[in-house]
Amino acid sequence: MKEKFDAIVVGAGPAGCAAAYTLAKAGLEVLLVERGKFAGAKNMTGGVLYGPVLNNLFPDFWKDAPVERHISRQVITFLSERASLSIDFNSAGFDKPPYNGFTVLRAKFDRWFAQKVEQAGAVVITRIRVDDLLWDKEKVVGIVAGGDELLANVVIAADGVNSLLAQKAGLRRRLSPRDVNQGVKEVIKLPRETIEGRFNLADDNGAAIQFLGFCTKGVHGGGFLYTNKESLSLGVVVQLEALIKNSLRSVDLLEGFKAHSTVQELVKGGTTVEYSAHLVPAAGWSMMPRLYTDGLLVAGDAAALVLATGRALEGMNFALASGVAAAETVKRAKEKGDFGKETLSYYEKLLAESFVLQDLKRFKRAFQFLEIQRIYSTYPDLACSLAERVFRVDGNPKKKVWQLMREEMEGKVSIWQLIRDGISGGRTI
Amino acid sequence: MNPVRVEHKLALNKYEVDREAHIRLKEEICRLCELRSCLHVCPAECYTLREGKVSYNHEGCLECGSCQISCGKEAIEWSYPRGGFGISFEYG
Repeated sequence: MKEKFDAIVVGAGPAGCAAAYTLAKAGLEVLLVERGKFAGAKNMTGGVLYGPVLNNLFPDFWKDAPVERHISRQVITFLSERASLSIDFNSAGFDKPPYNGFTVLRAKFDRWFAQKVEQAGAVVITRIRVDDLLWDKEKVVGIVAGGDELLANVVIAADGVNSLLAQKAGLRRRLSPRDVNQGVKEVIKLPRETIEGRFNLADDNGAAIQFLGFCTKGVHGGGFLYTNKESLSLGVVVQLEALIKNSLRSVDLLEGFKAHSTVQELVKGGTTVEYSAHLVPAAGWSMMPRLYTDGLLVAGDAAALVLATGRALEGMNFALASGVAAAETVKRAKEKGDFGKETLSYYEKLLAESFVLQDLKRFKRAFQFLEIQRIYSTYPDLACSLAERVFRVDGNPKKKVWQLMREEMEGKVSIWQLIRDGISGGRTI
Repeated sequence: MNPVRVEHKLALNKYEVDREAHIRLKEEICRLCELRSCLHVCPAECYTLREGKVSYNHEGCLECGSCQISCGKEAIEWSYPRGGFGISFEYG
């Protein structure tokens, strides 16, 4: 391979595949490089794939793509050590095309996507690690991989949260433990009928359950459970800094979470078939690198384009949108015959016009809000202990809810603090 | 489900182990560290304490990168394994 490509895309995740696919469709010469044995081999998710961007690329993609289940049931569960309290939302509105979100297994999904990229005319190579960028003075002109130099007008770095390329290009500082959350996950096999019966799901409907509280021993993070076709994805996500400060191990949290009476019932009889871990860029706006320089664009997790509001953790949809925007930028640059900084600044303009930067900007204070310890310890405990007293009948005269609430809050949190946190939550997330 | 040790979890995964380690420890800096976050942040427990010194085994690495970010001394030189090597998720 000695020719020069229009674009070399590094990393065959959703950002890289969306970029390479869009470019190949437009007839550009594209090389997509992936270090795994196959696309998806290095990837995992503890999240939901929301559909809108993918549906633009592949109308009715769920008919063809290996998605697991569309989510019709969304649950938030507060966990104390021995109890749980859930808000369980079911919607028929989420149960019809184009659907809202899907559970996916990335080793399958990304592989499918990379095949689409190849069919669209791009060159896709796997098992190749990109070691460095190739420079001509101040401009990126290609990549170095396995001792070979490959040339391109533009390189799109979609090389994931640890993006060695964005770092090497000086676009990003070293990540700090405060910027990222660590997710660990088990895929637990269960028969299809068991999943559908246990989670009250019809056909390809799925459930997404987010947990707060005991699953992280009260520190910054949460637990998740997603139903796949014939397995469950169960895991915890904890801010790396919280792990360090509290000397916690994710794997211990996961085991404690799994042993909780509420969760135990949900995973009962299942067999763990895989254990995975990954980092999630969670500091949003405040950790975003510069998105481009001469001959280089950064997309997806590499650019920290993940929306973490506590309400949702949305990464794949942002990755897809940024990949498409990067491709549109390269298409325009090719027409102009100029791949310099100024032309590539169109990328940031496109992102600023879309939900990507608008959401990240709008929710930039969510990160500070989510650092309030009470969200992970005091409030889940309080919710469960209050519910226990409200529902308890013990033969003594009963108290009213307000009085029970005051008693339960005593010494834990003041009513004013609760109100302040409530308002602040409502305003930031 | 009974508690499962990390090594048993890792045994479920598929790896193509590279003889060339993708982790390097700068021992002279590592020795001075008291915090030793690597010992508990690594979800694959690649780092262990042996005779008072941190040692590592790259074979079970899940390639998350937590160790490098957590190391306050910047004593860990971490890159991805060479192409095709390392963890290969079947589900993900």
